[in-house]
Amino acid sequence: MSIAIGCALEPAIPFAFAHELIRQRKRDLTLIGPISDILFDQLIGAGCVARVEAAWVGNVSAGLGHCYRRALEQGEPRRIEVRDHSNFSIGQALLAGAIGAQYIATKTLLGSDIARTNPTFKESTSPFDGSKELLVPAITPDLAVLACQVADRDGSAELQGPWGVSYEAALAAKSAIVLAEIVPAEIVVRTPNRAIVPATKVVAVVHEPGACHPSSLSRMYQRDHEFFHEYHRATRTALGFDRWIAEWVTGVPDRAAYLRKLGPRWDALDARVKFAPTTEPN
Amino acid sequence: MTDVSAGELMVAQAAREIRDGETVFVGMRLPLIAFVLAKKTHAPSAIGLFELGIIRDEPAGELLYTMGDNPNVENALWCGPMLAVMGMLQRGEVQAGFIGGAEIDRHGNLNTTAIGADRMHPTVALPGSGGGADIASLAHRLIVIMPHDKRRLREKVDFITSPGYGTGGDWRRRVGLVHGGPSVLITTLGVFRFEDGDAVLASYHPGSSVDDVRANTGWQLRVASDVRETELPSAEVLRIIRGYDPQGFWTRRGE
Repeated sequence: MSIAIGCALEPAIPFAFAHELIRQRKRDLTLIGPISDILFDQLIGAGCVARVEAAWVGNVSAGLGHCYRRALEQGEPRRIEVRDHSNFSIGQALLAGAIGAQYIATKTLLGSDIARTNPTFKESTSPFDGSKELLVPAITPDLAVLACQVADRDGSAELQGPWGVSYEAALAAKSAIVLAEIVPAEIVVRTPNRAIVPATKVVAVVHEPGACHPSSLSRMYQRDHEFFHEYHRATRTALGFDRWIAEWVTGVPDRAAYLRKLGPRWDALDARVKFAPTTEPN
Repeated sequence: MTDVSAGELMVAQAAREIRDGETVFVGMRLPLIAFVLAKKTHAPSAIGLFELGIIRDEPAGELLYTMGDNPNVENALWCGPMLAVMGMLQRGEVQAGFIGGAEIDRHGNLNTTAIGADRMHPTVALPGSGGGADIASLAHRLIVIMPHDKRRLREKVDFITSPGYGTGGDWRRRVGLVHGGPSVLITTLGVFRFEDGDAVLASYHPGSSVDDVRANTGWQLRVASDVRETELPSAEVLRIIRGYDPQGFWTRRGE
């Protein structure tokens, strides 16, 4: 199964979903996304992943991803296939998927070894002016997983803050799952132009407060920068990673327990006080 | 002025590379501080792009850890899809972009993908391109910033993630890249310019020397006939840098 996740880049990464994938021992996943920070590293380390199609796999705060390194350098816990992209090329691949195009022709990556080593790309010449171009074929994930601030029960989801390639990923995917901080019982005002994915594509809306920690969610909570460094230090060895997962993922039954475990540290990341509107138009 | 750190020298030099009115792809850390500095000095109307989809005419008021941090979103000029700002790159509307890397060669090619001969079985798996390869492919000028180390400044990189001048000469044109390429490489020891796709040492930082740079460079060093010491930042420039990074979090990391 192929899953596009973490498509807003550094913010709004659905860690809660990834942790549940680990608890349910999902295997042989293909992960798709530009930069999904340590979410990809965790799924790789937990043995859930067969292939990664991404522009960047690591730890945005601390640099290298230890699990990604172990998988590629030592085949631990298993070998994974990598299809290298840049941010632009994966965005274009998802856009092609979203609009039903077989591929998109681009000028990026010409001369990069990424164009040579990703077996899905083809170099070509433009039929219009004979110039060189790279053909980036469509990516159509089985599932796109998005986190957002507010969604209604029908799946109409509003993501404030950077979208990255979330919109393209959601449209390219066969179906989408939305994790929302707030799911109102009643829809007060629907603003369809703000919804990141048509509700018809959404197969599940999950009310999951704090779903994106340690990444940030605009106007809800700040990035827990130190948490990324702690993860980096704790996972230098495979044993250290196993201990980290046992503490933060398999050692907690769900997200609510995870947030309780964070304790006052979680409260300190709250951004709503700062952004609380005095009057809310809708 | 002997207490000026290499990071501060690099930021001051990087800021000089931004011209007023330009649209610039900004990175995190030192490039971000360089953008802040340029805006506050000689380039008040420069526009900053952040690859996840943010356009800013004023830098965020506080130090950022990632470009997606809330302070970088608040009061942005625009926050849209990533493809919009990447599209500006491909349309040729971005004059300059910043990039760093694990390794660079004398033609300005950067590797951020893997150390070792086989990308799929590397000695060290690096994180990858992110938007770096796009900036290197499509911006009119590339401003490269990295720590100076013989293992990082190599005759040949193991993997070209972000294309510089390939094998030199008209390589970029031959592979289909319509413009661009590194205009400068700023390291912890000096500043290189590129002539015919070849890195040439233009200046060495105070405390370093041509010999010091040569000893720490993995290719046969070419030196400009008018090589000189890198210009020290003025007191005003240092005040701005230290005002933005008071703890020296990014500019005094000792790297």
